Amino acid sequence: MVSVNRFSWFKYASPASFYPIAGKLLPWFATSAAVLTVIGLYIGLFVAPTDAQQGEAYRIIFIHVPAAWMSMFIYVVMAGYAALSLGFNARLSAMMASALAPTGALFTFIALWTGSLWGKPTWGTWWVWDARLTSELILLFLYIGFMALQAAIDDPRRADRAGGLLLLVGVVNIPIIYFSVQWWNTLHQGASVSLTAAPTMARTMLWGMLVMAIAFWMYSIAIALGRVRCIILEREAGREWLSEAEAATP
Amino acid sequence: MYAERIIATPALGRLTGPGPGPVTTLRYVVARDLTLAVRRRGDVLGSLIFFVIVVSLFPLGVGPDINVLRSMAPGIVWVAALLAVMLSLGRLFAADYTDGTLEQFMLSPEPLIILVLGKVLAHWLVSGLPLVLMTPVLAAQYDLPPASTAMLMAALLMGTPVLSLIGAIGAALTLGLRGGGVLISLLVLPLYVPVLIFGAGAVEADAVGLGGQAHLSLLGACLALALAFAPWATSAALRIAME
Repeated sequence: MVSVNRFSWFKYASPASFYPIAGKLLPWFATSAAVLTVIGLYIGLFVAPTDAQQGEAYRIIFIHVPAAWMSMFIYVVMAGYAALSLGFNARLSAMMASALAPTGALFTFIALWTGSLWGKPTWGTWWVWDARLTSELILLFLYIGFMALQAAIDDPRRADRAGGLLLLVGVVNIPIIYFSVQWWNTLHQGASVSLTAAPTMARTMLWGMLVMAIAFWMYSIAIALGRVRCIILEREAGREWLSEAEAATP
Repeated sequence: MYAERIIATPALGRLTGPGPGPVTTLRYVVARDLTLAVRRRGDVLGSLIFFVIVVSLFPLGVGPDINVLRSMAPGIVWVAALLAVMLSLGRLFAADYTDGTLEQFMLSPEPLIILVLGKVLAHWLVSGLPLVLMTPVLAAQYDLPPASTAMLMAALLMGTPVLSLIGAIGAALTLGLRGGGVLISLLVLPLYVPVLIFGAGAVEADAVGLGGQAHLSLLGACLALALAFAPWATSAALRIAME
């Protein structure tokens, strides 16, 4: 019998004990995501001043930059979960990695899409082979590859472990890909507009971006918790604890 | 078909005493795969001819202007090499998986990494090296100067083993899955990007007078890194697939 006083992190590594907690936490994260999005968009669209050089078009950065941050960060988090799942044979970690993948791919796509919407009025073109755009595109391919591999494997245990290994291989390769694309870009002298040479931002712009970034964090956590609950339901269907949990919570 | 009958080498399945040592094991695995390749020449020739056809299709698509073609040649040859190597990846473990040889590999007292390394080496000898040797002919089609051709061959010589090594991870992960061929391309092609960039970049940098040394060094670094980690990841992926 485990002592009640001793708090063990491993307790929540089991789907049976994580499932109800995820259900309890989900509304909090979802609500804060909604509230912060409203605040962030209000700051971004109404409070922040018009940019002297880019006009109103710059306001897309309030979506674009947080989405780009999340797209890269989520891949690293997934790789961390993959390492945990392969190292400790933790099923829940692998489920979390699978649950995060569609959100990461979505943010990558949003970052690319808003980037090209911003590029058209600012650079005069939908797409340039800039180092950042290209590596973001390759990141999208990596997300799609991970999801396709998991979808092709019927056995969930094999899907977890094969996906985890692919994530680890991918995360080792990401810096190499990033730097190779950067050097390729400087050799070709492709983009004439540099993102890094942007003028310093007004304080309200920075605040708007940070609030939106936190909102995207909350959204990602909420959606991942919801998705991992679905995965647990699929995998554990018919288990005793599940019918008990279903009976306890309406 | 004689090819199906070679299931295990004398080095494998040995139950007592010390093993034959890593070098002997490696030689056995390479010799076995080369023998199989010789007996199924069609497979080997297939991907080589694919390489030639893809490279020859580009002028038909972009027009015969020799100046345009000369500047595009390194990129086209590299992309075609990527696709040709990728096409042949499906065969890397598939036959061994169906006839049970892979299971013997798992049971063998020899380290799986050595066996995997042998298979990858044989794959490169069969699918990578012929592309390098064919390159001068294709470079002539594109009127590439001799110096650039030599640089392209050097880059391919260092880059194609990386393609085989990384590709082996993808081949092991997708072993026995539905739609394995398309899936391999989704997994492997994004990881090939650095090799493509450094490989084609070496020729371009050399042509504009910067010298291709830096790119070749980076390709060498990629090769060293892949040689150290890819067989390990491939063995892990094979263990996952064989469970």
